[in-house]
Amino acid sequence: MAYDFLDIKLIVNGEQVSARVPARMHLVDFLRMELELTGSHLGCEHGICGACSVRVDGVVVRGCLVLAAQCDGSDVLTIEGLSESKEVVDLQNTFVERNAMQCGFCTPGMLMTAAELLAKNDKMARNEIREFMSGNFCRCTGYHAIIDAIEITMEARREEERS
Amino acid sequence: MKAAKFKYIRPSSLDEAINLLSDFGEEARILAGGQSLLPTLNMRLSQPKVLIDINRLDELQGISHEGKHIRIGALTRHVDIAESDLITENIPLISEAIEYVAHVAVRNRGTFGGSVALADPAAEMPACTLALQGTLVVEGPNGRRQIRADDFFHDLYETARAPEEILVEVQLPIRRSGESFAFMELSRRKGDYAMAGLACKATFQDNRFLSVRLVYFGTELKPTLGENVMSQLEGREWSETLAEKVIASLEDDLDPVDNLQGSAAMKLHLQKVLTKRTLAEVVQRLGNV
Repeated sequence: MAYDFLDIKLIVNGEQVSARVPARMHLVDFLRMELELTGSHLGCEHGICGACSVRVDGVVVRGCLVLAAQCDGSDVLTIEGLSESKEVVDLQNTFVERNAMQCGFCTPGMLMTAAELLAKNDKMARNEIREFMSGNFCRCTGYHAIIDAIEITMEARREEERS
Repeated sequence: MKAAKFKYIRPSSLDEAINLLSDFGEEARILAGGQSLLPTLNMRLSQPKVLIDINRLDELQGISHEGKHIRIGALTRHVDIAESDLITENIPLISEAIEYVAHVAVRNRGTFGGSVALADPAAEMPACTLALQGTLVVEGPNGRRQIRADDFFHDLYETARAPEEILVEVQLPIRRSGESFAFMELSRRKGDYAMAGLACKATFQDNRFLSVRLVYFGTELKPTLGENVMSQLEGREWSETLAEKVIASLEDDLDPVDNLQGSAAMKLHLQKVLTKRTLAEVVQRLGNV
């Protein structure tokens, strides 16, 4: 049997969630419309812009290119959960200090992607950071301030480790 | 945009998935990583009635060493290929090319088998599979069969896989001593669709190519062998002059298509530039083999 609606159970930002979702509903529509977690944004809705980036089972994905039905049993983390966890509070502060946003539409996606980069804890050159972040569009800043913020945070974390 | 309505089903075995595909026929589409399929559904370029989600079929997972080849399960994600020591050590062309496949969030989800089975003309993995003379294993109601990469890619998104068959694995031959590889691609933004690209495998002795395989992508309707260029290079004394002369005949091998990534004339020019760079690079690497 193939289904028009599916009953799913998943963890979102640490909380157990159960819902009945239409087969065609993608993850970000589910998060925004059913759970009212509006931090994940929909820009292009076909996998180009990165504004919808969320973490599913430990890795960053395009939330518009995963169906809610596919996330049955998954562990989903959105910008709301990431902020609450304080995992990237240093990066968020540096974003403010460096003015790494103007309208802010791309910022949640930028932070979700950068969180994965920072978690790798590698020493990365500026152009490597740029390449890692190349799947996230920003139409305001021209990217320099964003890359600055990530680079500064990465360096500060390494500095802290050394001391 | 939102996808049109479809039904969803998640089979728990490969047999069940094949039965479903036979039952629904052309109305169904296999959902693997979904990184190409879901954009086409969201943009309503395609409106299948049923999606058969194979993501939880463990039998399609994994990378393993089997005799003279490396087996890549169809559901292996691009990120796992990028991080695999087996691939780095044995299939250097794939390690080099995987860096060009989309962006991190897409690589975390997209699959090797999905990319090869879809056969997008601008995709890296189909071109590499053809350059490496890999073997594709498909399974349908009548069992398994193997298809050589040379026989697999037919036309724009058309392959030798029958509608009721599922690609289960790809076998890529392990690098042999004396072989060298090079991969180059041009795109407007790193990770975006290729404007032009080239995958090369070669063997070289006494300043001559014993064999050379050039697969062009991003400009044709399918990954395409540069047969004229290849045959003119093989056995001849290598020089920059030979390269210049041979590259002129690329016009007999390629017939680029205009699209959003560029005009036909520009794409042919870019492929000539890439051919020159790739041959120089592979010759240099062969010196170090």
